[in-house]
Amino acid sequence: MTRSRLPTQSPAPIPDPDSGRQQPQADALPVRLAPENLAQPLEPTVLALAQAGDHRAFAELYALHKRRIYSLCLRMVGNSGEAEDLTQEAFLQLHRKIATFRGDSAFSTWLHRMAVNVVLMRLRKKGLSLISLDEAMEPVSEERPGRTFGAPDLSLAGAIDRMALERAVADLPAGYRLIFVLHDIEGYEHNEIASMLECSIGNSKSQLHKARLKLRDALRTYPRQEGRR
Amino acid sequence: MTDDPSKLSCQQFQAMLPELIGTGEDIALHPHYRSCPLCRALLADLEAIAEAARQLMPIVEPPDKLWNQIESAIQKEENTESRQ
Repeated sequence: MTRSRLPTQSPAPIPDPDSGRQQPQADALPVRLAPENLAQPLEPTVLALAQAGDHRAFAELYALHKRRIYSLCLRMVGNSGEAEDLTQEAFLQLHRKIATFRGDSAFSTWLHRMAVNVVLMRLRKKGLSLISLDEAMEPVSEERPGRTFGAPDLSLAGAIDRMALERAVADLPAGYRLIFVLHDIEGYEHNEIASMLECSIGNSKSQLHKARLKLRDALRTYPRQEGRR
Repeated sequence: MTDDPSKLSCQQFQAMLPELIGTGEDIALHPHYRSCPLCRALLADLEAIAEAARQLMPIVEPPDKLWNQIESAIQKEENTESRQ
């Protein structure tokens, strides 16, 4: 996994998800004893305490990792209600299995992988065949490789709007979105994705390419659609 | 399909792209890329999308209620275990 794309695990200050800047923790403190209200010692200590069954320590682990896990789930399923449900399931899994963490990888990597598996399990239950992604999403006629892709004057380079990109990713078909999120956003390599999704490495590369092509089409279409409103 | 990379059509070149991109080859050195503005524009867009995805996708805050739900679910599991 490409570690450089992952945020640091420093517990404080909490990053402002909207601006990417740091913001004081006091901004959104809930009234009850929520994880944000707790002191934030270094994670190794918190981790050891949580493994020993300390509830406050587990709450702190949640506070440290909730954004990453929720964001991952949200991007993979494109639905906030389902993302909440999956985040809950991921942390329940964590609670059940935390004592088995032996430190062979970074805790954040371990938890991240656990959350990915929770999402994949859900998608499989919903009938998304991850093994036959290629067959299930064979491009329609206008997506075939023979198509001549847009003229240079329609190039997106340097003009990708964040909101448009988020919307385009959310609108991707589930299989495309899954691989795009895992590779381009979460930083997994093709061999890791192939292992997780039980597909070939070539399949992973092909799906990622198709996902990017669909995003390109979407990003070139959105402004024109909005202009007609 | 021709074996001469300089004589590839856009269709043939674009069919090769997933593998070329996925293996990290320097596509800018490919003869078709160097001679075709359409395929250069395509590659530039795909790179811009991948780069934008890395830089622009925000980390999203889950709703506060989620911790309450998780805490309740943990409590419920522990109660069930203690009764068994």
